[in-house]
Amino acid sequence: MLELQNITFEVEENGQTKRILSDVSLTIDERFVAITGPNGSGKSTLAKIIAGILTPTGGKLLFNGEDITPLSVTERARRGISFAFQQPVRFKGITVKDLISLAAGKHITVGEACGYLSEVGLCARDYIDREVNASLSGGELKRIEIATVLARGTSLSVFDEPEAGIDLWSFQNLISVFEKMYAKSQGSIVIISHQERILNIADKIVVLSAGRIERVGTREEILPSLLGTSACRALTDKLS
Amino acid sequence: MDELEKMLLMQVADLHRVPDGAYNIRKNGEGDGRRSTDRIRIEDRKDGHAGIDIFIAPDTKNESVHIPVVITKTDYRERVYNDFYIGENADVLIIAGCGIHNCGVETSEHTGVHTFHIGRGAKVRYVEKHYGSGDGSGENIMNPATVIYQEEDSRFEMESTQIKGIDSTDRETTATLKAGAELVVREKIFTHGKQFARTNFIVDLNGEGAGVDLVSRSVAADDSRQTFGSRINGNTACHGHSECDAIIMDRACVTAVPELTANCIDAELIHEAAIGKIAGEQIVKLMTLGLTEQEAEEQIIKGFLS
Repeated sequence: MLELQNITFEVEENGQTKRILSDVSLTIDERFVAITGPNGSGKSTLAKIIAGILTPTGGKLLFNGEDITPLSVTERARRGISFAFQQPVRFKGITVKDLISLAAGKHITVGEACGYLSEVGLCARDYIDREVNASLSGGELKRIEIATVLARGTSLSVFDEPEAGIDLWSFQNLISVFEKMYAKSQGSIVIISHQERILNIADKIVVLSAGRIERVGTREEILPSLLGTSACRALTDKLS
Repeated sequence: MDELEKMLLMQVADLHRVPDGAYNIRKNGEGDGRRSTDRIRIEDRKDGHAGIDIFIAPDTKNESVHIPVVITKTDYRERVYNDFYIGENADVLIIAGCGIHNCGVETSEHTGVHTFHIGRGAKVRYVEKHYGSGDGSGENIMNPATVIYQEEDSRFEMESTQIKGIDSTDRETTATLKAGAELVVREKIFTHGKQFARTNFIVDLNGEGAGVDLVSRSVAADDSRQTFGSRINGNTACHGHSECDAIIMDRACVTAVPELTANCIDAELIHEAAIGKIAGEQIVKLMTLGLTEQEAEEQIIKGFLS
């Protein structure tokens, strides 16, 4: 279980303090938790704070009861937190199989690597020896990114806008990946998303607005009320 | 051959035993085994220089030549000339390389000049590894020179690797290509400590349709210094591409000096050069997979030079 207690994040910009997140408190223990909200509401910042990439300027994070606020990205990863980047990183010379092996934390067989790639809709034979470099499209990189999180099988996985760039692959497949992931790991999956079909599978929806939690509740409580709000106007703009 | 010499042979030529096919092993300036085959003849030079001549008959296919050099003496310097004559339409693998183990305080140095005469339509894959070891304070120096003459429609692939233990190197590669000839170069260099590496390529594309693809990847760590130079002259309708990609770490210094000259309106020449530190987001990504910062760096470098 992940508990965020009064998380605040501020940055210095042109000599002025700008607050990105204000007093965010949240418990994540459900199967699927979706964090949504308009652009600039602080969703990605919150995801990076959970992974340890950004350090909050105030507040605490507890993971399975342990205060992980001072822990590095590595230490959090080793305790069971995974993070899928919104814009996956490219590496010259590191192959898809290398990256999945690193994610799994052991040398994996071609068969195992193929299993993870097939789950994200990639024909393993075509990809396994390819470098994770600029020769791959944004959509391909995104699916490989998801495969690395699958290979880790941790108790908390955070996905920052996983739907962006996977246009040629159906959302239904993406959702089925999340469902299989849960079945295997029994861990919580946090998804930063604007996509209604992803929000539709969430057990809990968190709506962020201007760095604050505007609303938190079940899908039934939140989703209908999102329609017509400023958050959802952004959402419907993106979908149209 | 003792264990140390065997280790050096394995590093530079992946040799665990006497190789199949033709070979010539040179140890501390002396011959330490040679075999010619029906189609590949290895002879001592006749011009008074140290080294060998290698004659590969036309149409020789699927054969290999190993010519490793091992040096285990301190205060030893040599200059060796090896000339390769590759017959028309041959298709062969040539594995060269030099391993120096210097436990002493004096310098050990190997300068190898390899000249390739590649016949019409022949294909050669040339693999060259340089490796140094030894815990003495003496320096390991290697200065390889490669001179390539390519006849029409020939292909030369050169893989050159220097990963460890060479304190100073000055590498000079020159190539002259006739019509339809292709040259492919993949160079990998890693320097650390106070090492210095200079690598320079001069390629003349003289025949119509000739092409070169030259990629150098390097990592410079600690206080090491590297200089990359490439000069491609497009003298006719031809294509040339060179790429220098370097990762710089600590207090190291890398200089890239690309030069392209088109002497013909139909010469298509491209150069790409990038020098920079490891991208922070690459390290962070690998840390999210559970690697420490140092492990992440090692993986990124290993991949980059693989």
